[in-house]
This record gives sequence, C-alpha cells and structure tokens, in this order.
Amino acid sequence: MSVLLDGRFRFDNYVVGASNRLAVAAGRAVAESPGASYNPLFIYSPSGLGKTHLIGAIGFAAKQLQPELVVEYVPLDDFVDRLHIAISSGHADAFKQLYQRVDLLLLDDVQFLTGRRETQSEMLRIFNALQGSGRQIVMASDRPPSEIADVDERLVTRLAGGLIVDISLPEYETRVAILRSKCAESEMTFATGVLEELAKMPCGSVRELQGALNRLAAHAALGDRPVTPQNVRAIVAGGRATPAFGRAAPAGDSSDEFAGFLSDISVAVAQHVEGWRVRLGERVAHWQRKGYSTAMLDRALALTEEADVDALDAAFASGVARLEQLEAQAVLLDPRLAGLDVFRDPERVAEAEARIEQAIAAHDPPPAPWPAFTIETLIAGKSNQMALRAAEASIEAPGARYNPLFVHGGTGVGKTHLVHAVGNALRRNAALSGPVACVSGSQFVDELIAALQDGTVDRWRARYRAAGALIVDDVHALAGKERSQEELFHLFNALHSAGRQLVLASDRPPSEIGELEARLRSRFDGGLVVAIQPPDRALREALYARILVDRGAGAEPGVAALLAELPVSGAAEVESVVDRVMHMARSSGGHVTMSLVRRELNAGGAATPVSVPAIADKSFLDAEKVVMEWPDLDGRVMEELR
Amino acid sequence: MSLVNYAAREITCKIVYYGPGRSGKTTNLHYIYNQVPQDRRGSMVSLATQTDRTLFFDFLPLDLGSISGFTTRFQLYTVPGQVYYAATRKLVLQGADGVVFIADSQRRQLEENVESMQDLHANLAEQGIDARSVPLVIQYNKQDLPRELIVDVDELDDALNFRGVPFHAGDALRGTGVFETLRSISELVLRRLSGATAPRVAAGR
Repeated sequence: MSVLLDGRFRFDNYVVGASNRLAVAAGRAVAESPGASYNPLFIYSPSGLGKTHLIGAIGFAAKQLQPELVVEYVPLDDFVDRLHIAISSGHADAFKQLYQRVDLLLLDDVQFLTGRRETQSEMLRIFNALQGSGRQIVMASDRPPSEIADVDERLVTRLAGGLIVDISLPEYETRVAILRSKCAESEMTFATGVLEELAKMPCGSVRELQGALNRLAAHAALGDRPVTPQNVRAIVAGGRATPAFGRAAPAGDSSDEFAGFLSDISVAVAQHVEGWRVRLGERVAHWQRKGYSTAMLDRALALTEEADVDALDAAFASGVARLEQLEAQAVLLDPRLAGLDVFRDPERVAEAEARIEQAIAAHDPPPAPWPAFTIETLIAGKSNQMALRAAEASIEAPGARYNPLFVHGGTGVGKTHLVHAVGNALRRNAALSGPVACVSGSQFVDELIAALQDGTVDRWRARYRAAGALIVDDVHALAGKERSQEELFHLFNALHSAGRQLVLASDRPPSEIGELEARLRSRFDGGLVVAIQPPDRALREALYARILVDRGAGAEPGVAALLAELPVSGAAEVESVVDRVMHMARSSGGHVTMSLVRRELNAGGAATPVSVPAIADKSFLDAEKVVMEWPDLDGRVMEELR
Repeated sequence: MSLVNYAAREITCKIVYYGPGRSGKTTNLHYIYNQVPQDRRGSMVSLATQTDRTLFFDFLPLDLGSISGFTTRFQLYTVPGQVYYAATRKLVLQGADGVVFIADSQRRQLEENVESMQDLHANLAEQGIDARSVPLVIQYNKQDLPRELIVDVDELDDALNFRGVPFHAGDALRGTGVFETLRSISELVLRRLSGATAPRVAAGR
C-alpha cells in the first residue's frame, strides 16, 4: 500500500472550513461511492493547502468502506517514470492493463503533464478505459485544468469533465482550528490568545502556518521569555521564512510593497467577512449549482442583521424537496413538464402545485355537464325567471356577479337542467381558466370515498382545484358527510378566491339543509340564493306544447292548455302526464284529443297515479337520470334483457 | 455588480482616483502597475491625449488571487481632471466602492483642488449619494517639490479635508504614499463586507 494510504491522512484529521468545504464534501461523496458521481474529481489549490492530504483521505476512506477496492495513488512523475520503464522494457501493454484494473486512481501533481505528449496520450487511453467501466479518477493539481499549459485539448476536456473544486487559503476560523489541531497532535500548549493572534497573521499556506507554529514552539521551549499574544508577531516575523508574513517591506523594494499590500488586504478581508454570510453564500452556490433560483437566500445575504443560516437553508431545502416531488408527479402526467422554471424556485411552490393540478385536470378531467341540457332548451316562465336571469349573469361574467349561485326548488322544477345549462354555456367561454366541473353531491361523496380507498385523494382534489368553474347539483347529498363537506369547503375557498364561478343546486335552501357545517352554509348564503317555483299555468302550457311536439303526439290544438289546468310539481311530471295520455291514445287507437284528455283529467287528474303498465321504470322518463354518454362503448357488450 | 458575491465567492472592488487635472492620478496607477507582479495585473488601459494628460480614463485591473476563499479583484480607475470632461467623470464614478482624491500640493493649484473636491461632492449628490457614506481617502501629492512651491499637508488638510478622512502625503513619481493610500482606501472599502447594505455610488445599471 502506498504511504499516502496508510491512514495518516484521514478525513477525521482534516480540518474543514469554508475554504475547503466543497472539496471535502465532493471527496467524501467519491470515497463513499467511487465512480458514481463527480468523475473525474479534480482538486486544485496552491501548494501547502492540503490537496495531498485530501486525496489520501479519499483513498483511505474508500478502502475502509470497501476493502476489496483496488486503490492506486500515484504522483504524475512516478506515473511517467513507470511508463518510460514499461516502454523501454517492451511492456507498454502490461502497464496499461495494470492501470485499467484500478477501481480508484488517485493522481497527484497533474500540472506536470505540461508538454508531455506521450504521457498525455497514454493517460487519455487509460482515462477512457477507466471511465468507460465506471471506475473513479481523482486528480490533484496546483492549477485548474484550463491553466495547465500545452496539454492535448481532448485530455483537458476529460480532466474538466467531472467536478473541479479548489481549496483556497483557510480563513481565520479555520486557521485557528488547524493550529489547535496541530497543537493537540504534537501535545503543545500555548497561552490563551496566542494561537488566535498567530491565525490573524496572513499566511500563504497551511505549511507556512505550521512553520510559524513550529517557530513559536521552538521559542517556547528554548527562549527565555514566554510566548504571549503580544509577542507572537515579533517572534514569527523574526524568523520569517516567506514575505507573505508580516507587514510591508520598506519602500523601494517593489515586490515587497505589493506583497505587503496583499497581506493587509488579506487581514482586512479576514476581519470583515462575516462567517454567516460566507456560510449562506456557500448554500446559495450549492443550490445554484443544482439549478435552483436562490432569490430567497440572496435577500437574506443583503440583510444587515445576521440571518439564521441553518433555518433559511432548511426552509429552502424543504421547498426543494417539495418541488422535486411535484416535478416527479408532473413528469408522470406529462413528460414535457420536466425542467420547467416553476420547479426550480422554492418561492414558487404554490405555482408549481397549480401546474400539477392543471396537468391532472388535463389528464383526467373532472365530470363535465351533460351536453343535452342547454340554456336554449330551457323554457322561461314566472316561476324560474329569477333563477334564469341570475344564471345568465353568471354565464356572462363568471365569478363576478353571483358567486356562488345557489338554486333550490322541488324535484323536477328544472334545477338540474338549469345548472348543467350554465355549465355548458361556461364551457363555451374561452376565457375560462380550466374545465367546467359538474358533479352531483352523491357523486362527489362517492368519488371521495373511492379516492380515499385508493390513496389518490391528492389527485382527486387536484382535478377539481384546476376547474374553471364548479357546479354541484343536489348539494344536500353532502348532509352529514363531514369529510366531503370539508373537502368541498376547501375546494370552494380555493376556487372562490381565484374568482371561479360556483353554482350549487339543492332541493332546499342552505338554511334548511340539516347537518351542514355552518362554515359551508354561510358560504352558500354568501352569494345569491334563488328559488325555482313549480311551473305556473303559462309555463305548464308551454312545457306541454313543446313536449307534445317533441314526442310527435299529433295532439289536437288546445290540448296543452287543457292539460296545463292541473298543477304539477315540475317538468318531470309534465313529461309523465304526456306519456300517459299518449299511451291511452295509442291503446284506444287514436290521437291525443281534447275528449281523451278530459276523460283522463276527470278520471283522477295528473296527480293520481294511473296504471301505465308500459312504463315500468319511471326513471326512464327522467332525462336527468339517464346516462347520456357511455364511456368506451366500443369495448362493451350490450346485452338485451328480456 | 456588488462588492462581494458570496455565492461565487468573489470580491470585486472598484476604486476611483479623483482630483484636478495633472494632480498625479495616472502616475499613482502607473506606480502601482509597475509594482504588481505580472501575473496579478491586467493590461492597464489608458486613453490619453498627445500631451499625456488623461483624456477619458485609466483602468487598471488587479487580481489579488484567493483571499479567505474569495477571488479578489480590484479595479482602479482615474477620472479626467480637466473641467470640461464632467460627463466622463460622472460615468467613471458610477458604481465606485471607494474614492481616492489626489490633490496637487502646488500652491498655485490650491483653488483647483478645492473646485475638484466640490465637483466630486456635486457629482455624488447628483447620483443621490450622501458623500459622507462613500469611503474616501486623500493623497496630497507632489510633496517632494521645493517647499516654496507647495502648501504643507496641514494647510491642505485644513482646506480640503473637512470630513476628516484619512490622508497621506505623496510623491507618486517615486511611489511615496502610493501604496499607503491604496491600502487605506481598501481598508475602508473592505469594512463594508460586514455590512452588506452600506451604500455605494449608484451603479446606474
């Protein structure tokens, strides 16, 4: 095993600070799963800042985790020597094969590739072989790939193809930590403030820092004066090995003048850069690299007061997690939604959620109004004119006038026809932001139960949330159903606040619906509550006239007026009466005549049920209860029941 | 562009050398340029007239390398001192993180120094900046000239330094006071790293 991998260089004895945090994080990731990410990993920094320690730690940690792993550390010069020996002894292929068996190749001092064409081409081949088989390469250099002179362009591309991280000069805190750790290692102790004072002095590398510390230690051991924070600078400057330490040199010595200036700038930056901003900046960079918009964190960076970086980052991370979830969901619905900007900004989670709802609604639209019920086929009369006008206002300006519009009235007065007609008219409104959802109260409850059963409540909810308008017929069916009411309450609020039209129908006004939560009742009452009365005589006559014509009854003139004499509860009953008189006419072999109708009326009136054997199931007379559109008819077998 | 970009770990500092014509602003930059190792300096851009007086401006980018993990760059600019280049002065002043005022110590130039200082304050005010909030350092240049030709530093300070900002005596030709001035303004500017919202001259961008 190489000396470098013998365990002296480990992650746990490597002091991590802002200057090397990214490099260490990347190094750990590589050690944990070589070849899986950041391949190749390229670490660069001026000498003496811990590159070699770091790649040694990567190799050691990888080996600890997977002892069977073949890890090879080789400085570039050794690599070149071995290559030359192999070529001169005619074993160039064996050399190549040797390196191609390596699982984790740690290559140090890569900057020495400069000008070595032969080594470069050999390395290119080895790189291709290693990367092609998912093996990991980690390189260290004193400069980034683009600055290594005279290197084959293809090799530069490969060097730069993974992750490039740098290790910069440690900042004050890290320098203190390094000094303390070195003291602990060598069992040295200094008076309080000595290490801190030493760390305040600018330094060019960790090695320099170590040198300065050694000087202090030597002074403490041999000197006659104790080392105190006050004399640290004098002691270190006295044996200064490099011009980076201490103040500016005397004027006239040009390079020292600039070096002195640089030293002072380093001190000023170290003094004034605030740790929390640096940490927050790191988080910003981290999220930006992942492609997220960081406006939220950028604002915190501009604050004068210290921000709680961990809390901010945690909030950001949870936003990102939610966005990832949403994007995954979105892609399942529509692959084109992948990578949308809205999934890259934690401040736009609500918007992303809305996109999902739209996608769900487009993929699996909510139930639509029945097409047969249109506003044109409604017959207006005194009993329903107010409801009709309100409906027309809602169609004209959805969400603006009467929201919600609550229509109530007895069975068969035409509520269902009216609300579906509103729905159909709204569907023609191009300005509507989503589909028109039209559902009966009982269907709403059933769908919720099914969604709860399948665990798809979010999806079910989203279908309705994306609706451009919502119509709930027979809303009284929700009475006593707490969960359904809760869902409707939230749905109502979401749509209402977004300015979407809501239309509700019931057989009674909100105030009379029992077991209805007060918060829903007050919302229903908050728009316009309008009643549809049973049809008056004029409306009855118009209804009879149209139904007789629709059914081709061939009735004598005046029949409709005669039939209209009798009160009915609604349109359904009108149809039932027409069916009955037509049945009687057919059984007596004639047309629907005045005398026949009089006989029928005298026999007991429309209100009295007469035996009409031909119509066994009354529901067939009720257009509201007939399924108009069967889905997937092609795939169904129609069976005739006798 | 702000002084510090924590995400990119960059510090970019724009320092403008202001002062009357021929006071030695470009000489300051030349001296700095000559002291900086080649790999640290960009090419100095100087747009000058035939008589070598700054027509538009000088620009000297300095790459200070990685400091505390921040890639640090200084951009030094000069403004043309001549009265009729007022528009260029305003333009160069935009986005400045700090200003160095180079005063000409010659007695006969005293009035021009005062006018230039007033011009600086007027330009800052025009950009909505409270001059007191902009880091400023004064250099009394040409102190090497014969005593009888110049005004001494104390007298100059009385005339120009009503804000009591740091000042240095200078001989830019030989480099005396040049780096002290640069160090001094840098220190003032870098103090702002710990207060992210401290004002700078409006960038107009």
